[in-house]
Amino acid sequence: MANVQLVGIKKHFEGVKAVDGIDLEIVDGEFLVLLGPSGSGKTTLMRLVAGLEKPTGGRIVIDGQPVNDLPPRERGIAMVFQSYALYPHKTVFGNISFPLTVEGMPREDIRKKVEWAAGLLGIGHLLDRMPSQVSGGERQRVAIARALVRRPKVLLMDEPLSNLDAKVRHTAREELKLFQRDIHVTTIYVTHDQAEAMGLGDRIAVMHEGTVRQIGTPDSIYNDPANMFVAGFVGIPPMNFIEQDGVIVGFRPEALLPAEALPDKDCMRLRLLVERVEDLGSHRLVYGTIGKVKVIANHSLRLNLREGDEHEFAICSQEIRRFDPKTGVRVRP
Amino acid sequence: MSGRNPFERESVLAPLMLAPIALYMVLLVGFPFLMAFVYSFSNVTVGNPDFHLVGFRNFAAVLRDPAFRHSLLNTCIFTFTSIGLVLVLSNMLTELLMREFRFKWLVRFLIMLPWTAPIALGTIGYLWFLDSVFSPLDWLLRRWGLLGTPQALLGPASNMYWLGRPGLAMASVILVHVWRLLPLATMIRIAGMNSIPRDVIEAAQVDGAGYFRRLFHIVLPLLLPVISVTVLFSTLFTFTDMTVVWVLTKGGPPDNNTQVLASLAFLKGIQGGDLAEGAAVALFFFPVLAGVAMVVLRIAKKAVVT
Repeated sequence: MANVQLVGIKKHFEGVKAVDGIDLEIVDGEFLVLLGPSGSGKTTLMRLVAGLEKPTGGRIVIDGQPVNDLPPRERGIAMVFQSYALYPHKTVFGNISFPLTVEGMPREDIRKKVEWAAGLLGIGHLLDRMPSQVSGGERQRVAIARALVRRPKVLLMDEPLSNLDAKVRHTAREELKLFQRDIHVTTIYVTHDQAEAMGLGDRIAVMHEGTVRQIGTPDSIYNDPANMFVAGFVGIPPMNFIEQDGVIVGFRPEALLPAEALPDKDCMRLRLLVERVEDLGSHRLVYGTIGKVKVIANHSLRLNLREGDEHEFAICSQEIRRFDPKTGVRVRP
Repeated sequence: MSGRNPFERESVLAPLMLAPIALYMVLLVGFPFLMAFVYSFSNVTVGNPDFHLVGFRNFAAVLRDPAFRHSLLNTCIFTFTSIGLVLVLSNMLTELLMREFRFKWLVRFLIMLPWTAPIALGTIGYLWFLDSVFSPLDWLLRRWGLLGTPQALLGPASNMYWLGRPGLAMASVILVHVWRLLPLATMIRIAGMNSIPRDVIEAAQVDGAGYFRRLFHIVLPLLLPVISVTVLFSTLFTFTDMTVVWVLTKGGPPDNNTQVLASLAFLKGIQGGDLAEGAAVALFFFPVLAGVAMVVLRIAKKAVVT
């Protein structure tokens, strides 16, 4: 168990600033998600913490100890790779026990620990199999068991769910959260999937072009975005932006409702020209324009809107976020 | 449907495409082998084509010959020492060439050079390097005071006589052969390395494994199919090779200090004219090589399946 501090961390690859000055503090037992589009530097940042890359500048402190010059094995970290990176020539037992064998732990203790980790992840019956003989979901559990068996101070996970098919991914997400809470291990989790980030993270750090654009709880990232990048990146579909009186006005698709739904509240009314309607069963997505600007509305009313219709929509004022048109930074009243 | 064009019919095309290799196998491998086999049981010599079968007499004579026993031992030393060295050195070169550094292309070019040079030519270069009088290596050693003075580390003589002293001659032959095998072994090794996912190596690093544990527990087991094929091919190649020995020492210094089976067979059968006994020496390879070839094929098959 440990906290992790990053101070002014930089990593440049031949002039490309993959990570460009990041300060971050992860508290003991926290589940921090690094969320960002590909190329935003999130995986590089994790590899820096793991010690697989050397920072160009800045300090990394794990559990009060500066680790910049320590190799991965002396940092007390464990990592789950996107590909799982199991050792194909070792059995499941051999995979999970490898970190312990390396430490030179007595055989009996190794057995106990492997059984504990395998039990935690429900793969106790697979210990004699080879990685090629177990399913994708099971492989992922083997990789997590191998990471946990040493009781690392910090657990690093690089998109561990992205190779699973959609159904398994959902249950795996749930289990991941439960056992992380159980064993209370400080976790850094990299993903580009915002549903994963929102569902798993105690806090989310949204990354873009090597910097952290906002860090906060899933609720604050979604409802209180600090800038247009975060507002536009988080949320499916993303936030709508229209320009009004020299500021950018942003509002979530689910806040843009047909006027019928918001009869007599403090609301801004707008006329929306419907271009297309997607009926997704539980809700409907309306693609249209407000004065030439493309917007998306998400509502669950049964209205018979058609292409070419002009309909009155409304947004409640507490749903509106304002941004500076030059810097993209949030303007607070 | 059988096409109008006979070349589109498998029953025509397949034998046609296979014909060259079949012809090659029969004429250049099968026929000489059969001849060697027959000769080894006969009394045939170069000068006298009189042909009688004499049973195992040639083999008995070869086995009694101390030169043969000496050559057999030398062949084993030559083969296994070369391959051991090639394994270790190709690992080191692979580590070097997997890294990024300035002028890597130049280093890679220099390392691959021995492979592209005709082997006899390269070896003749070494003949000069290891010359008993004009060796530049000796000159360097003398320059550094390691040779040629009464208290020098390598002795008071003015030259090392690389190819003239029994142990040193064998070492020289082995080193030149290693120089020649190394590029190919390194290339194969690098290709094998590239097939191991980087993640797996990094996972081992994060799991706490140091360099040698990663090498012996992760990298080498994963490279095993590639390495075994390399080792077995090199064995076949070295066991039957005589170029380096012949150009450098002709099997000398006397008595047969670097003589290997291939050069002995050549010496007896071609230079000495006793085709029958030469064939008998050459046939001693056969069971060893057949065994090795079988192992190669088995491993190759396994590697394809998994």
